[in-house]
Amino acid sequence: MTLPLDFIQHCQTLVGVDNVIADQASLRVYECDALSAYRHLPELVVLPETVAQVQALLKLCSEHRMPLVARGAGTGLAGGALPVEGGIVLGLSKMKRVLAIDPLNRTATLQPGVRNLAISEAAKAHGLYYAPDPSSQIACSIGGNIAENAGGVHCLKYGLTVHNVLQLKLVTIDGELLVLGGSGLDAPGYDLLALAIGSEGLLGVVVEITVRLLPLQPQTQVLLAAFASVEHAGAAVAAIIADGLLPAGLELMDNAAIRATEAFVHAGYPVDAAAILLCELDGLPEQVEADSARAESILQSNGAVEIRKASDDSERKRFWAGRKAAFPAVGRIASDYYCMDGTIPRKHLAAVLKQIAELAEQYQLSVVNVFHAGDGNLHPLILYDGSRADDFQKAETLGGKILELCVAVGGTITGEHGVGIEKLGQMCVQFQAAELQQFHRLKHAFDPHGLLNPGKAIPTLHRCAELGRMHVHHGQLPHPELERF
Amino acid sequence: MRDQDLSEPIRQQVLEAIAARRPLRIVGNDSKAFYGGDCEATARLETAGHSGIIDYEPSELVLTARAGTTLARIASLLAQHKQMLAFEPPSFGGQATLGGSIACGFSGPRRPFAGSARDFMLGCKVVNGNGELLNFGGRVMKNVAGFDVSRLMVGALGSLGVLLDISLRVLPMPEAELTLAYSLPADAALTMMTALAARPWPLSALAYDGQQLRVRLSGAAAAVQAAARQLDGEVDLYGDTFWLELREQQLAFFQQPGDLWRISLAPATPPLALIGDCLLDWGGALRWLKTAQPADSVHAAAAQAGGHAICFRGADKTDWIRLDPALLALQQNIRSAFDPLKLFNPGRLQR
Ligand SMILES: Cc1cc2nc3c(=O)[nH]c(=O)nc-3n(C[C@H](O)[C@H](O)[C@H](O)COP(=O)(O)OP(=O)(O)OC[C@H]3O[C@@H](n4cnc5c(N)ncnc54)[C@H](O)[C@@H]3O)c2cc1C
Ligand SMILES: Cc1cc2nc3c(=O)[nH]c(=O)nc-3n(C[C@H](O)[C@H](O)[C@H](O)COP(=O)(O)OP(=O)(O)OC[C@H]3O[C@@H](n4cnc5c(N)ncnc54)[C@H](O)[C@@H]3O)c2cc1C
Repeated sequence: MTLPLDFIQHCQTLVGVDNVIADQASLRVYECDALSAYRHLPELVVLPETVAQVQALLKLCSEHRMPLVARGAGTGLAGGALPVEGGIVLGLSKMKRVLAIDPLNRTATLQPGVRNLAISEAAKAHGLYYAPDPSSQIACSIGGNIAENAGGVHCLKYGLTVHNVLQLKLVTIDGELLVLGGSGLDAPGYDLLALAIGSEGLLGVVVEITVRLLPLQPQTQVLLAAFASVEHAGAAVAAIIADGLLPAGLELMDNAAIRATEAFVHAGYPVDAAAILLCELDGLPEQVEADSARAESILQSNGAVEIRKASDDSERKRFWAGRKAAFPAVGRIASDYYCMDGTIPRKHLAAVLKQIAELAEQYQLSVVNVFHAGDGNLHPLILYDGSRADDFQKAETLGGKILELCVAVGGTITGEHGVGIEKLGQMCVQFQAAELQQFHRLKHAFDPHGLLNPGKAIPTLHRCAELGRMHVHHGQLPHPELERF
Repeated sequence: MRDQDLSEPIRQQVLEAIAARRPLRIVGNDSKAFYGGDCEATARLETAGHSGIIDYEPSELVLTARAGTTLARIASLLAQHKQMLAFEPPSFGGQATLGGSIACGFSGPRRPFAGSARDFMLGCKVVNGNGELLNFGGRVMKNVAGFDVSRLMVGALGSLGVLLDISLRVLPMPEAELTLAYSLPADAALTMMTALAARPWPLSALAYDGQQLRVRLSGAAAAVQAAARQLDGEVDLYGDTFWLELREQQLAFFQQPGDLWRISLAPATPPLALIGDCLLDWGGALRWLKTAQPADSVHAAAAQAGGHAICFRGADKTDWIRLDPALLALQQNIRSAFDPLKLFNPGRLQR
């Protein structure tokens, strides 16, 4: 499909010719996000530089009934920024200024394209930082973080994006600029701030963000505990929380992950351990000392075969280096991997990991586990070989099964990556028809013509019905309308 | 009261109300009636009987209870496991129900340091205005599947649906707590609160009652002691009582006659030019004002300082809250998406 020429010209007048991309080669850059198995060439990419331009563009799209997809840095792992058929991409990468750091009120005001890490860099001079730290933080944008309610290693103690945002400016599909939240800690009326966060670009385009900054902690300590079984590591996680400790980070890696990362970064991990836990504690020196003594004794009494305490900052960084390099490390041992993202109640950790292993065997694929154990957020990495005919499909089916397992034990199909295009099928497992319809009515309240990121995040009932049939007839391809690589 | 699951009878009552086009006044223990706009419905939908703790596992830091369960009961169960509702909801005589508390969305002094009611909301079961039983969110800490409808329910004053079951995140109680007090004038108190909050002290509350700035420290005993030594204030032996009375609005300040306003601002905002008594909570971000000034001037002063005012008690009910027209229109769309016939609490938050 090609766009009407007057629409393209209109876009060019609004944002300038240089900020409109229409040639095939340049459009390629925007055909997918980090879930690169799904691709679709956009018709047009527009890169606004001001809020007024975003407003004008949305109004234009609304008048032309033109679907559009907002895009931050494109690091999303669920296909949220995948261009839609016959629609345009609104890239926010040019709106990347830190507008203000207010040290007295401990806030930062940002344009949506500001990288997550850049916020803390800008706040550092004031002894402050922005807490949510997705692993992709050097690249991902705060606008994308808002849309996905991104999390990170420090969520257990410091919360997700939704806990750290004070105000958003949102442009509606009519081009209206809404201010959600406020300069204080709350705003009158419905909590639209909470609703907008995690809404995957379906309700409006975020053009300005005010986040809360926290004081940098004076001391940080990391314990590395090795276990002879994943069950013991899982039990230790539960025991730490039940005892009243709230670590800044509590991460688990299984043996496959330990081996892969050790071979890559040589962090000195115990490669024979069935699992390791990294437990980070922060605060005043007295707090850290008290907490790490407690953590150590809990780990000990829960079967840790070895406990190392970082003796200085460089050792602490080395302990973390492996965890942080886990994804690229796995990338070295397999030609392709597929990263899943489900959350479960912590008490089911050991049982779920065992069932994942059984499922992996059934599908004859390997799964590596490295995840945020403290909040039960799993990231099974399914290894496959994209050059083999049915490997990706197998990986995708296995991934779906793992997510369904998460729902079955009382968890959810996504802890931080979002639903995007990827988990539409599993949404039909987690939610009943009436709930999905309620989501659609809510979407309609913002976007009556369904122009903002259509087809993402909330499946149509029609789609769920198709999926239901698909489950009966095994061997059929999921999402047959999508191109595969 | 006996624990019982009244989900289905409550839903039936909503279905009857739909059939009769008869609006409902949702009632927990009905003592926050003073708050919000006047509810125009006369038929009552009682939720207090729908009570009981459905699930609680200390190692998960999650509690699920029916909406009619009292906060007092929840707090006492959590305390047995050295855990708490960290947003410190007012419980007022032990009568507050969980549903009423979440519907009002109030949070106590710990809010700026631990989070608000909505921050701890994980999931809920509701009946919407079509009489459908719906589940949103869940019982795990990280969940981004679908729109965050559960948090939208917090503070909606029941206008989007009847809350049936609620899952909340809970937190461990700190091992030690200590309150320091400083006698200061208002502007110096604001400056000191701002300075304290910018440093990594183990703070859990900062309030100023017009005479004294009180600083609550929480954490490991050694850390609290170390911070107290460095901050060099006078230890307030009645600190716990102060925080309780602040949270429960039992301080003398709240007893004085007059309209009570709740003003939300960026914490370092200088004192507003409004006549009346002011009490500062949340490190300056929440200001309680007792004043006889007209609603117009209070709303205007708060808005000019970049915040907003809500008349918490007293004043003219028609002017207790003000919303930007564009937001109001959107809110009405959202309300219709949940409750097309406007059956739930009409007039309480909006018509
Ligand atoms: C190696 C790697 C590690 C990762 N680790 C984590 C992690 O630890 N935690 C985590 O949560 N995620 C993680 N992610 C996923 C991803 O980085 C996050 O989801 C991130 O928030 C996406 O931001 P982005 O700017 O790249 O958004 P994009 O991918 O560009 O977009 C994501 C979604 O947001 C929407 N969107 C973007 N900007 C706006 C806007 N301004 N207004 C409205 N909608 C908008 C898009 O339409 C799309 O639906 C990881 C990704 C990678 C590749
Ligand atoms: C400053 C102050 C002082 C107080 N002093 C006292 C005191 O000294 N003694 C005393 O006994 N009480 C006192 N109260 C009353 C106290 O507020 C109540 O005991 C309790 O907090 C009210 O809770 P409730 O559950 O009864 O809510 P309700 O007043 O019944 O309801 C509050 C709001 O929530 C809505 N709602 C309730 N349940 C649901 C639900 N399940 N789903 C959706 N919406 C719902 C209602 O429609 C209403 O809009 C005081 C209150 C305040 C604010």
